[in-house]
Amino acid sequence: MGAIVFRRVEKIYGSGSRANKVIHGVDAEFADGEFIVIVGPSGCGKSTLLRMVAGLEEITSGEIEIGGRVVNRLEPAERDIAMVFQNYALYPHMSVYDNMAYGLKIKKLPKAEIDARVQRAVQILGLDGLIDRKPRQLSGGQRQRVAMGRAIVREPQVFLFDEPLSNLDAKLRSQTRLEIQKLHRALRVTSLFVTHDQVEAMTLAQRMIVMNAGRIEQIGSPETVYERPATSFVASFIGAPPMNLLHGYATTAGFELGGQVLPLPVPPPRTGNLLLGIRPEHMALDPGGAWAFHVDVVETLGAERLVYGQLAGAALTLRIDGTLPAPSPGDSLRLTVSARHLHWFDPASTQRVAVSHG
Amino acid sequence: MISNRPANTVLSHLVLALGVLIVAFPVYLTFVASTQTAEQIVQNVPMSLVPGNKMVDNYRLALFGGQTTSGGRIAPVAPMMLTSLVSALVIALGKIAISLLSAFAVVYFRFPGRSLVFWMIFVTLMLPVEVRIVPTYKVISDLGMLDTYAGLTVPLIASATATFLFRQFFLTVPDELVEAARIDGAGPLRFFKDVLVPLSSTSIAAIFVIQFIYGWNQYLWPLLVTTREDMYPVVMGIRRMISGGDAATEWNVVMATAVLAMIPPALVVILMQKWFVKGLVDSEK
Repeated sequence: MGAIVFRRVEKIYGSGSRANKVIHGVDAEFADGEFIVIVGPSGCGKSTLLRMVAGLEEITSGEIEIGGRVVNRLEPAERDIAMVFQNYALYPHMSVYDNMAYGLKIKKLPKAEIDARVQRAVQILGLDGLIDRKPRQLSGGQRQRVAMGRAIVREPQVFLFDEPLSNLDAKLRSQTRLEIQKLHRALRVTSLFVTHDQVEAMTLAQRMIVMNAGRIEQIGSPETVYERPATSFVASFIGAPPMNLLHGYATTAGFELGGQVLPLPVPPPRTGNLLLGIRPEHMALDPGGAWAFHVDVVETLGAERLVYGQLAGAALTLRIDGTLPAPSPGDSLRLTVSARHLHWFDPASTQRVAVSHG
Repeated sequence: MISNRPANTVLSHLVLALGVLIVAFPVYLTFVASTQTAEQIVQNVPMSLVPGNKMVDNYRLALFGGQTTSGGRIAPVAPMMLTSLVSALVIALGKIAISLLSAFAVVYFRFPGRSLVFWMIFVTLMLPVEVRIVPTYKVISDLGMLDTYAGLTVPLIASATATFLFRQFFLTVPDELVEAARIDGAGPLRFFKDVLVPLSSTSIAAIFVIQFIYGWNQYLWPLLVTTREDMYPVVMGIRRMISGGDAATEWNVVMATAVLAMIPPALVVILMQKWFVKGLVDSEK
């Protein structure tokens, strides 16, 4: 029912010499009931893509299909979608009930049906007792739930979320994240969720789209995106602190960096200029390690420590267990890294360079 | 700024009291004059500041007309008040209706010449009624609208000020609200009726107050387009009572009429003030 298909979707603002292409040919296909998160830095076109699905932005070229129907020329109300906005966009002069029922009233559903649907949404979201309040009498979290209620009562094929959690405080955000997950498990409705927060993306997504500058960098499950980032952009965007990317020259003997040759546990996929990516959590302190690391700053976060320093003159971040003794600034440590945690990227194309694990 | 210096408090109260005095004294004088006889007003120089005992007589005379003690004839003011009320209401409500719709069009629709239209409306702000009064008179007279309510009100309904105010308000309504309404399936007019108008209620109240008073206080335009006594608004009626020449002016009746003419605008301000404040307190978008 609620499958979404993108076919060479492009978006160009303006025309002629002032044309500004913000979406460069998106191709993707999602099954009914999937929870898809679109993640990327500000201005990467993720919201534009969502708004094109919603029908709030025109599609310059290409096609978007919802539930087997091309929706390019349909009004938002005819697309069988519901949207939750970043600032909730509740009608300020209407009660919670009227906010939820407004769309159904316009659809001319019978009153009893509207009542039943709103009551069900109120039950699901725990909004009992708030039904006659105006939005301004509600807290941020409650408004957020009313906005979700307004989406639920429409019983759409697709839910669209445009950064719905970014106006909540940190505690409420993680709580609402869980609620959205539960809701999705209960309703099984295809959901498209836009965020710039990679934690939200990792926790909510069944599959995620990582976007940058109007292009899809990678589509895949959170595990795939974390373990096998397709480009150096994905590698540096997903994961906190971000993956260390070292610009160097690979030879059969090792990796040349800042005039030194770092020995590698496995030979590089090819020789020449390459980017070596290693996540901060995938290196270990080991007195017998092959790499010398110079400590600059140590941040203690409780469960873990972040150690900032230099490896052959290049900046490197290291994440170690909080139970290990803290290194002090100025220390020289030895590091080891296992073969399966090395990522290689082509510096020109930014694409991942596959390595055959032996 | 919060300061705790008694001298400042005294000074600011003094200034406020002075302001009240300057504004209120002429009004008080008008009221006092409307309770005395014509002779008392003219003969006592300066006139007494104590209210006299002719209040009921004077107001009855002003409202329903009749013979004065000196033998002059007074035209009844009651029908003029009605004329004024009808024109002021038509002007205020008409302005609100037209301005809401034009601001809606200018803000929410993309059409060729949109900014040109807006600037044309805006430019008319610079032209007061008096500048275009002669051509407007010609149009109204050619259309046979002299001595009619239409003639009194229609030319005054178009309002750049109100359009501009509503436009500014609409621009502050978040775009997401429009988008939410589109997703809910509300067409433009439905959105206008269900969302925009209820949200504008405080602006509408403000415009109503301003424009009601504007309509009520019209003098020059009614002077041009009315020739029959039953179409005179009350402001004109006051002027016509002040006779030149040898006939004595019945100042007591003039002042009673002036007080009567002040009551409806004052009522509108007092009654709408509640709305105003309520709207200002819980204006949240």
